Amino acid sequence: MALTSKEIESIAYLARLGMEPDEPEQFAADVSNVLDMVTQLQAIDTDGVEPMAHPGNATLTLRADKVLEHPTREKLQAAAPDVADGYFLVPRVIE
Amino acid sequence: MHDKTLAQQAKSLAAGELTSVELVNHYLHRIEQLDSSLGTYLHVDADGARAAAAEADQRLQAGKGTALTGIPIAHKDVFCTADMPTTCGSRILQGYQSPFDATVVQKLRNAGCITMGKANMDEFAMGSSNENSYFGPVANPWKTDCVPGGSSGGSAAIVAGRLAAAATGTDTGGSIRQPAAFCGVTGIKPTYGRVSRYGMIAFASSLDQAGPIAQTAEDCALLLQAMSGHDPSDSTCSEKPVPDYTAELENDLKGLRIGVPQEYFTQGLDSDVGDAVQTALKELERAGATLKSISLPNQQHCIPAYYVIAPAEASSNLSRFDGVRFGHRCDDPKDINDLYTRTRAEGFGKEVKRRILIGTYALSAGYYDAYYRKAQQVRQLISDDFAKAFETVDVIAGPTTPSVAFARGARITDPVSMYLIDLYTVSANLSGLPGLSAPCGFADKLPIGLQLIGPAFQESRLLNVAHSFQHMTDWHTRVPVAMQ
Repeated sequence: MALTSKEIESIAYLARLGMEPDEPEQFAADVSNVLDMVTQLQAIDTDGVEPMAHPGNATLTLRADKVLEHPTREKLQAAAPDVADGYFLVPRVIE
Repeated sequence: MHDKTLAQQAKSLAAGELTSVELVNHYLHRIEQLDSSLGTYLHVDADGARAAAAEADQRLQAGKGTALTGIPIAHKDVFCTADMPTTCGSRILQGYQSPFDATVVQKLRNAGCITMGKANMDEFAMGSSNENSYFGPVANPWKTDCVPGGSSGGSAAIVAGRLAAAATGTDTGGSIRQPAAFCGVTGIKPTYGRVSRYGMIAFASSLDQAGPIAQTAEDCALLLQAMSGHDPSDSTCSEKPVPDYTAELENDLKGLRIGVPQEYFTQGLDSDVGDAVQTALKELERAGATLKSISLPNQQHCIPAYYVIAPAEASSNLSRFDGVRFGHRCDDPKDINDLYTRTRAEGFGKEVKRRILIGTYALSAGYYDAYYRKAQQVRQLISDDFAKAFETVDVIAGPTTPSVAFARGARITDPVSMYLIDLYTVSANLSGLPGLSAPCGFADKLPIGLQLIGPAFQESRLLNVAHSFQHMTDWHTRVPVAMQ
């Protein structure tokens, strides 16, 4: 399973991951090696086997529907790169 | 002081023979003297630790101490802490200050532990050598040109170097057990859902689990006691009552059935490691256990299944690092896409990018069924193998790793060879089962780990077996010469 640099570039775009000019080629080799290793899964007979998403198929527990204290907006936004008037600032997205 | 186990320190503290302030100062001094050659700590909170120790001493003097009051520990930097930075070993979180404590951190604080600082780790817990930390590698205290293992490499090296009484770790594919083996210390990955994941920065949510790393199984039992239990903030955290983990430590091993998977002793296992593990198994047999050869027929598929599932979950979890709400942001983004792509390109290291790419590919339209769904089906088969094995045995034992610690730089350029280090550990994560590593010998002056895997929520049994083994052997008492 060999991926091309072009394919890596489009996967990287899906993941919003920028690449240096030489990176797609390097990652194409690395990712292809890993995919080669995982292709052995294809040969395993899994007919009728339910996919296991979670260990022990644990039932999720729900907490009581009560109002709880959480860190305030100010405290949470203190970690943000750019904030004004309680909003996270990003470059203009709508012209 | 540092040659004492956590349990011994707790006894001395309770008896008034030692104060927490003395203990904390002693470790701070050791960190100052010794850590420059190891690189285990990313952050040391000397003032905070001294202040918390003084308070702990007051509680101890007032007779209000509990099992862990005044014990100095380190937290893997994957756990959010409200009073010190949390980086997860990544540039993208450099300088990040969490507004809250992870549940594990909070529970251990409530139990009286003193937080000395934050332990170095592979970036976002991705790695088996601690070479992927943005803030530099960690050296193995036994041989400083060797890796300590990963991803909880800082935590394991802190315990091996006696730079805190114990440390927390997390284990997604072996990240507690493998560094514990490489550093000659004891570590347990509990059953999935035993310990809350709230405030523990997510790598692969269906595999991640937190646990303690310490000198002995008894120390791990004391820490796990404080860490475990239901947390309303983590809906995958089990409501099962937490047993008394120290109650069964001294149980007799007579009649215990130990399964030895034949697939763990095949090619790929170094003979020195295999010999040491076989010797350990004979010790357990002498203590009354019976050994039974078992088969885990899907063992060879564990690494491939893991390297689809873990990167898939990681690529999804790491989408939150977008340069908007927290962490690094690139300079002068020209539009929103530039902000995302450049921030993430600058913020993530090579291994993290590699896994994001693998995961994104495996989850992308047209490939989802062939990779992700298939891997989840194989995961079920792997889990069924364990269920079947536990019909006839009580615990499974074998090596933690196929080799001892390797030289820094030896595997970092070949990801697949690095991934194979986790050959024996990922199956417990895929199946959600508890796994423990305890020291059982040396090869080439480097420690070897014995791994025990148990049925879900049978941590007590693993701790009992490891504790009994530590009664019969002294591997866990060895300290690297430079750290004595």
